[in-house]
Amino acid sequence: MNNNVFKEKNELDVNKRRQFLKLSGMALVGSGLLVACSSDDDSPIAPPTNTDLFDLGAGNLGILNYAYALEQLEAAFYMNVLSGSYWMGAPAEEKQILEDLYNHEIIHREFFRTAITSVAPNDITPDLEFDFSGVDFSSRASVLGTSKVLEDTGVAAYNGAGQLISVADAAGIAYLTLAGKIVSVEARHASAIRDLLNPGSMDFAGDDILVGIGGSQPAFDKATLPAEILATVIGTGFVVTQFTANNLPTS
Amino acid sequence: MNFIKLLDTLSNKENLTKAGSRRDSFDQFKNFGAKAVLASIPFGLAATSSKAKAATNSMASASFMADNNDVLNFALTLEYLERNFYQIGMDTTGLIPEEDRTVFSTILRHEATHVDFFSAALGNLAIDEPTFDFSGAPGGLALDTFTNYQTFLALAQGFEDTGVRAFKGQAGALANDNTLLTYALQVHSVEARHASKVRRIRGQKGWITQNNSDLPAPFAPIYAGEQNTIQGGVDLAGLFAQFGGNDAVTAAFDEPLTMDEVNTIGGIFIV
Repeated sequence: MNNNVFKEKNELDVNKRRQFLKLSGMALVGSGLLVACSSDDDSPIAPPTNTDLFDLGAGNLGILNYAYALEQLEAAFYMNVLSGSYWMGAPAEEKQILEDLYNHEIIHREFFRTAITSVAPNDITPDLEFDFSGVDFSSRASVLGTSKVLEDTGVAAYNGAGQLISVADAAGIAYLTLAGKIVSVEARHASAIRDLLNPGSMDFAGDDILVGIGGSQPAFDKATLPAEILATVIGTGFVVTQFTANNLPTS
Repeated sequence: MNFIKLLDTLSNKENLTKAGSRRDSFDQFKNFGAKAVLASIPFGLAATSSKAKAATNSMASASFMADNNDVLNFALTLEYLERNFYQIGMDTTGLIPEEDRTVFSTILRHEATHVDFFSAALGNLAIDEPTFDFSGAPGGLALDTFTNYQTFLALAQGFEDTGVRAFKGQAGALANDNTLLTYALQVHSVEARHASKVRRIRGQKGWITQNNSDLPAPFAPIYAGEQNTIQGGVDLAGLFAQFGGNDAVTAAFDEPLTMDEVNTIGGIFIV
């Protein structure tokens, strides 16, 4: 397959999906259809039909599956980082930070896998396939820049998901607390990565990522709902496996 | 299961039964519009509170049967403490070296904004700013906080890590109100960004490993319980030998503190 053609088609596809997302309020994540296309297949890509795609589900299960998908993405990214030449030759502090982030994201991922499997073994997000060909793992700027986006996105995603967790039962309160336990670690990560990129600056909690509330100075992290987070994730082009998010709570 | 224990810290079963009201509150906020001025953020709480303005000069008022106003005043007290601490630090000539002043002026600005935010939210229910003594005299200490940068840094780390744990401990109590919960989360993760940065200035990792602390002994409660490995009823101990082991397991999850636990820590500095 010609790589350039692949990339162009991929971008087009991403745009189409974005529009689809916007128009329908439905989230379709992943570029799996495209990958499945053979290079001599000239037929236009059919509008996605969701019958055989995994859907994150509804209610608290949907939120858990959503978090699990995001943790899979982060863990897979750092796995690539640690086998890349930038990391291999990085200064000790940077190596240690990225190795810690790798460990933490693996632990988060496996925690969700275990927790969801225990309550919904047949409705858990499948193991997702990722494509990080857009990241240059020999480049400090590419690795840390991607890490920054993923960690900031994680913070905004957990903050936005808190209100969607139903706390009608004890399990819901436990999920909310768990989201709280994880989101602050993601924020610690984001702070460290941002500081590596611009040491000693205000970027660890910069005005480029924080927001004001009610006209205040920027002093608050974002709290972003899943539809927007998933649009961002689609935009990275990292997620190959397609899944849908048609039943997540929205308020 | 460990998370059930967390429920005890909420000590407010009422909140659990009021879950249905969360959406109402959220809608109320949406109707409010984006041009809201800070002074009138619609938490929708003032009208429902029967509590008089807390005349206390400590956080103790919030330590039992917390309603949302109590939680907000608890948060406000923490933010008062941090703002006051960083303001004195920034104003003390020769304390903060030039290379770190951007960091601390940024943190100060955030804490000041948080103070304004919670004050505005509470309106006339907001407690007055307590009198702080950062030598720790109220707790029997005599710290050289503003003459020794290392002491200042140690306290900054302690306050930020405490703030993260304190907000986290109130998430459940605020779960009955989507708007409040989300605001609290938006503050909570900013405190975590601060904590990570301050820890790294001190040569620590940005995250908390086990219950390790190199702070003065009276501050051990700030890290008590951080060595927990049981999450959502699953004991993760021993499962991640290839991924940093139990140290990484404990670092991957921050643990909450109850109001009482935070009050004990904060009380060291409140006259």
